[in-house]
Amino acid sequence: MQIVKIVAAGVAIVGMSVAANAHAGKTFDSVKAKGYVQCGVGTGLPGFSSVDSKGQYTGLDVDVCRAVAAAMFGDANKVRYTPLTAKERFTALQSGEIDILSRNTTWTMTRDTSLGLTFAGVNYYDGQGFLVKKSLGVTSAKELAGATFCIQAGTTTELNLADYMRSHHMKYQAVTFDTSDATSKAFDNGRCDVLTSDQSQLYALRTQLKNPEGAMVLPEVISKEPLGPVVRSDDTQWFNLVKWSLFAMKNAEWLGVTSKNVAEMKKSNNPNIQRLLGTSGEFGKMIGVSNAWAYDIISQVGNYGESFERNVGMESPLKIKRGLNALWTQGGIQYAPPIR
Amino acid sequence: MSNHQASATPWWLNQRIRGWIAQLLVIAFVAGFFTFVAYNTQVNMQARGISNSLSFFGQEAGFSVIQSLIPYSSSSTYGRVFLVGLLNTLFVSVIGIIFASLLGLVIGIARLSSNWLLARLAGAFIETFRNIPLLLQIFFFYFAVMQVLPTARQSFDLGGLFFFNNRGVYLPRPVPEPAFWAVVIAFVVAIGGVIWLRRWARRRQEETGQPFPVFWGGFGLIIGLPLIVFFLAGMPLGWSVPQLRGFNFQGGLVAIPEFTALLLALTIYTAASIAEIVRSGILSVSHGQTEAARSLGLPNQRVLQLVVLPQALRVIIPPVTSQYLNLTKNSSLATAIGYPDLVSVFAGTALNQTGQAVVIIGITMGVYLTISLSISLLMNVYNQRVRLVER
Repeated sequence: MQIVKIVAAGVAIVGMSVAANAHAGKTFDSVKAKGYVQCGVGTGLPGFSSVDSKGQYTGLDVDVCRAVAAAMFGDANKVRYTPLTAKERFTALQSGEIDILSRNTTWTMTRDTSLGLTFAGVNYYDGQGFLVKKSLGVTSAKELAGATFCIQAGTTTELNLADYMRSHHMKYQAVTFDTSDATSKAFDNGRCDVLTSDQSQLYALRTQLKNPEGAMVLPEVISKEPLGPVVRSDDTQWFNLVKWSLFAMKNAEWLGVTSKNVAEMKKSNNPNIQRLLGTSGEFGKMIGVSNAWAYDIISQVGNYGESFERNVGMESPLKIKRGLNALWTQGGIQYAPPIR
Repeated sequence: MSNHQASATPWWLNQRIRGWIAQLLVIAFVAGFFTFVAYNTQVNMQARGISNSLSFFGQEAGFSVIQSLIPYSSSSTYGRVFLVGLLNTLFVSVIGIIFASLLGLVIGIARLSSNWLLARLAGAFIETFRNIPLLLQIFFFYFAVMQVLPTARQSFDLGGLFFFNNRGVYLPRPVPEPAFWAVVIAFVVAIGGVIWLRRWARRRQEETGQPFPVFWGGFGLIIGLPLIVFFLAGMPLGWSVPQLRGFNFQGGLVAIPEFTALLLALTIYTAASIAEIVRSGILSVSHGQTEAARSLGLPNQRVLQLVVLPQALRVIIPPVTSQYLNLTKNSSLATAIGYPDLVSVFAGTALNQTGQAVVIIGITMGVYLTISLSISLLMNVYNQRVRLVER
């Protein structure tokens, strides 16, 4: 399997070289020409990207892909998905295998500056936490000296844990796995004492344990993890489309436009809503798509709040509170620049 | 006349020169292709703002690795990560090759045994493990065998010295005291003694025809001499016994389950293939050879040792070499269960933390190529030495 991945990476590299700038600056055009968005998502994390009983991808990260497809083609279903592990994700994007990476990826300075990639916004503000079995009798991360941790390989999690344990003078052992599935299975079987990951993932993985009630998330949050979609930095038009698709969802929530009332809202005389839904101005044209772009996103995918509640919030098994992810008007920090 | 014609043949019709030109063209084409690929990659990566250099080797890695044969901490560099991964790959491969060879030899011979049950059991073993994908076997040994062992606090306990739990196999670790050096020296002396014994026994057999049991004599020397010195020196060896403290066992020697599962799977999978190679090698030796050896009055074991195996080896060694290569390359499946081999920590985690895909994948491929060619070379040298010498 790993050999296959190496060969795939090798082929991707050769492809990158032989294709001789075929994509440079032309992601937008090539997506338009092929008629669908190739979207890199997670390998299965409930609430963010997972396959439901009907074989459809759903989740908060998947909704970003759907929103971009809705803006571009007027059809949120024109997306093809590539499940990627944390280790594979950046190479897949760099080599042009995917057009967007929407896979709970933390926005860091290195990733934003030296990989030829650009983060297009934040769709979930997260922080790293710890999941332990209640039977261990631990109530704080400060009591974890000498413990064994299960981690997913190639994530910021690995680095944050090392920083945290070093600054608190605690020794530890870390077993790293390729997929979140193998990581939680190993935790479930008792290979490690602690599963550490972004808190949103801990809540999601907890639902998959043999005995979810027997495990708890410790109170400490040891890092900032702003998660969001990533694109290659060689095509500003494509970057703008992805960025503003996300902003449109947040602006829609602020303006009270939902998938249910969007048709009526077209008649609204609120100038903000008119600009959002394309009844005034030429904002779609500015990003190279139809003026009904945001209307299509909201009617087919919903606004940010709807997407949040449906996938990870109170309407989902995860029951995560909005917290930081509420709009700035509701005490959170989700904030989108205005459409004008 | 004919002389004149030969000298008149134009140089471009000369076969030797044409051969050279063809070779040069091929080399130029291949070199040109790779230069083009390297140059183009460089240009494209620059155009996309992907930095590309080896400078990350000196940077701090900042993540932890569960097993390292050299000192490593999360403040070590990426260069160190590379070494840790490489050593872990070599470690599991070398031990796997040794175990797989021994097990393969035993099972291959058992498969040919005249004992019906033994031959059938060996056959069942071979067919089962050769025909199941290795990755599944690794998962089986990891998730179904190692992880169902009890937790650290309820470990299987053998006399308070050995512990088995889902965190690993814990053994007492010998801690040598200064006087232990005498034992080491005795061991080296014993090895020298065995070499001398072999020569002496051969000369004696050539002169008098009397064989000497070199194997058992040597065995006694290698075990006995250090043992005597050990007791004379007052048993200069302490033991660090694993003890449950906090979350886990401390002290002693531990084989982590990732290592154990990977080693088991690699050993058994490769041994099944080696067993078939051993069987075909032995069957390739004509039965007349066995009969001739028996008619000299040699016992069965000596027939196998002196007549059959030496002739079988020349058939066995080339395919076994490729099994060794396979085992080494297959060890990269380690990443599926979190054993920190080269692919997992370097081509995986380090690649992801630094984003240097091209450089890191290039180095990793180079390393596997070097390891494979080295194994090939060693085995070819050995093959040269054992193959039949025609007189």
